[in-house]
Amino acid sequence: MRKYILKRILISIVILFFVGFLIYALMRCLPTSYIENMARQKSMQPGSKSFEEWMAQLTTMYNMDKSIIPGYFAWLGNALRGQFGDSWFYTVPVLEKFNDCIWLSFAMGGIAFLLEVLIAIPLGIIAATKQYSRADYTISILALAGISLPTFFFASLLKLVFSVKLGWFDLFGLVGRNYNQLSAWGQFLDKAHHLVLPVVTLVVISVGSLMRYTRTNMLEVLNADYIRTARAKGLSERKVVYHHAFRNTLIPLVTIIGGSLPGLFSGALITETLFAIPGIGYISYQAMIAGDIPFSMFYLVFLSVLTLLGNLIADILYAVVDPRVRIA
Amino acid sequence: MSIFDDNKETRRPPLRAQNVPDASARRKADKTAEAANKDSQSSGSGEPFYSLNDDRRVKVLSPGALVAKRFFRNRLAVVGLSILIFMFLFSFVGGLVSPYAEDEFFYRDESINKEFAAVTENTEFRYMAKDPSKFGSPVQAQTMLAIQKGLTGFSYGGNHYTMTQEGEDFYAISSGDTVVGIAYKDIVNSSLDGQKLDFDFVYAALKAYAARVQEGTAEEPAPLVFTAAGTEYTIEADGSVLNGTDEVAYISRYIVQAIMPDVFLSRDFKEKLIDTIAAGETKFVYADESAVPGDETAGTDPDEESGGIAVMDDGLVQEEQPASATAEYTIERSQNHANWIIRKQQTSRQYDSYSFPSAKHWFGTDKYGMDMLTRLMYGGRVSLMIGFIVIIIQTVLGVILGGLAGYFGGWVDDLIMRLVDIFYCIPSMPIILILGAAMDQQRVDPGKRLIYLMLILGVLGWAGIARLVRGQILSLREQEFMTATEACGIRVRSRIFKHLIPNVIPQLIVNCTMGLGSVIITEATLSFLGLGVKFPFASWGNIINDVNNTHVLTTYWFIWIPAGVLLLLTVLAFNLVGDGLRDAFDPKMKR
Repeated sequence: MRKYILKRILISIVILFFVGFLIYALMRCLPTSYIENMARQKSMQPGSKSFEEWMAQLTTMYNMDKSIIPGYFAWLGNALRGQFGDSWFYTVPVLEKFNDCIWLSFAMGGIAFLLEVLIAIPLGIIAATKQYSRADYTISILALAGISLPTFFFASLLKLVFSVKLGWFDLFGLVGRNYNQLSAWGQFLDKAHHLVLPVVTLVVISVGSLMRYTRTNMLEVLNADYIRTARAKGLSERKVVYHHAFRNTLIPLVTIIGGSLPGLFSGALITETLFAIPGIGYISYQAMIAGDIPFSMFYLVFLSVLTLLGNLIADILYAVVDPRVRIA
Repeated sequence: MSIFDDNKETRRPPLRAQNVPDASARRKADKTAEAANKDSQSSGSGEPFYSLNDDRRVKVLSPGALVAKRFFRNRLAVVGLSILIFMFLFSFVGGLVSPYAEDEFFYRDESINKEFAAVTENTEFRYMAKDPSKFGSPVQAQTMLAIQKGLTGFSYGGNHYTMTQEGEDFYAISSGDTVVGIAYKDIVNSSLDGQKLDFDFVYAALKAYAARVQEGTAEEPAPLVFTAAGTEYTIEADGSVLNGTDEVAYISRYIVQAIMPDVFLSRDFKEKLIDTIAAGETKFVYADESAVPGDETAGTDPDEESGGIAVMDDGLVQEEQPASATAEYTIERSQNHANWIIRKQQTSRQYDSYSFPSAKHWFGTDKYGMDMLTRLMYGGRVSLMIGFIVIIIQTVLGVILGGLAGYFGGWVDDLIMRLVDIFYCIPSMPIILILGAAMDQQRVDPGKRLIYLMLILGVLGWAGIARLVRGQILSLREQEFMTATEACGIRVRSRIFKHLIPNVIPQLIVNCTMGLGSVIITEATLSFLGLGVKFPFASWGNIINDVNNTHVLTTYWFIWIPAGVLLLLTVLAFNLVGDGLRDAFDPKMKR
């Protein structure tokens, strides 16, 4: 077991190295003349150094004077020491900005994820136990519709109905106009109020796949021989479904849920952007659009780490939950 | 039962029992079939009768036909397929049928009451100096003061000035014997465009005019004559100043000024206007003979958006003004009653933007006055085409790499699978966003951009398919038929591509159908963010993009809801068909 985990971690690190390299190479190839712009701006300031001097200083600072491969290693060296440089767009250290916004994204993702699990698993099980019934068809179609809904369209619909027509929520932003006058509890409620629509969007968009996954796995389990045995020995249907079948369905579910935990940190780029929620997704969207290489680099590598971590957790959990897998 | 069930598609009785799912029903059906056969025998028709275990009874369907049959039995899948067929017709045929082009702009004439001129009755004294550099504003100020106080003279700067009232509201200011300035209320306007009148002329004219007004007892006073700079002028009853027969100036207490500086108002126009005002009417119709200002058509330029839109001409059509058009003006007294505002009805052409659905435009028009329905059709074409091309790129890459990895195993497999891992791990959406932003900066041509977009989406998305193909091939490779191909000495290439890949195709088709939906969503999302398909190309995503404008979100539902619904339906249909195909290809997987 330990050997298996160790091997997986090593492979992940190698993959991360190459992913980082690919991302770095890509960012370096971008024709953004941001550095020149910045150097020009800085040289405009009174009493400043000349454009050439700034240019030279900035290129050294961002390792732009090296070719891609040494540049990557220089970046990697800094990154390993936790130095991701200063964001060009936000003009603060990348990690500081990251720290500011990651917890908001995590809170939003966490609430949405919890709701998803609470909705998807019961509905998936109902759909599976009553296969081909009206409930099953309704749930399946709703799940598919959720998967097929483009985020931006659904968010716009929500805004139209709940913000414009009913006026229950604000169209954009995390805090209301009178946020500063509110008490601490009021500020918390205000934020929560502004997060309702984004969370609903996230839940509706992503609940479908988990629901389908639950249904498929439950069906597989229900067709297994040990369920037939359980029925044959005269157990009540309730006991068969919720005691014998459900526990076995949990194996793949726990795996996939565990695997998607790191993803909670990745932020919802589109949803956050649509609702102008300053989480990691929206913040990095703006940075990426502005050609902010240090922040984008950090964000991309961060996302890759999350993906790898997710896969790793899923694999390890699978081995933990299902002893049959451990042989590998 | 299970044996029967497995073969239920191949072994079936010839009559009626087409849709019988289980064995008991089948038995029943067999009986009816037998009965029917007996009937036909007795009636002597040519239907042959086979005993129950006769092989010829069995109608054999090809695997493809079986799949099709199972597929069409699935109601949801059929619904999905019909939606897809509709979408294809809508997008690919609709564009041909639609009378409008993808980027055809429509205009509308909008009439606006534009402020055209202002009329003021002069109630203030005006001052004109003979030599403005010498007797400028200080003298003017003193004069005004003196008039107010009713004085007849004043001292300023060591000089004494005498004021002589030469007529009603008309004073001459003289220093010693020379007249250095005049203060007056009746205004002498030049009849000729842009010509300035000199002091002597104005003074002489006003003097004569004032004299006439003072004497003016007769109903029709005789034309007055005055001389200025050696020329003799006559003043008509209506205030015209004639040089012989040519009108050079006219005197009036009303000032008519055009709002636009480049508009010249003719004497005739002004006079008629003043008459109308005097009559207390609020409408004024003037038949324009050419002297009256040409129409300044100022269409509002639709706010230009970044990037692609800039290519367009400003799209405004200057309205042709006929030589003598009759224009209607409305006269309105301003709030403080000091003057009248003359408004002119002007029509200007502008983009027929955001017009509501009508017979001409079934879904209304968008921001640039383009027909929404046509845009939706072309948008569907772009969205579907991008979906297909991206999926083709992904599949080709995925099948080749996955096939190689699965077949050869060993280090090839390791290498390719690590590559797959890497591509799996690359966050594709942010990367596409960054590339899109970079392309924005480089002002990449929209057509090329479309191609880059497809390539990027294709190259970033093949990993999943490669994994699927490899997994399938790993298990297929161990089966007997592969040993047989090896024994037959078939070349490796055709072993992979003729014997292995066709066996993967069912899963591949299912995967691609589902993938199409997600590619279309990705493309739409990018276009929605303004980083995907750009004008002049339409795409469902960039049609919905307008919703970023809150006013459109709230007022013009017809701009974005149809596009969103089409998008949703298309993706849903691809998913339904994908599901249906999976069940049809592998009935045992049906869950």
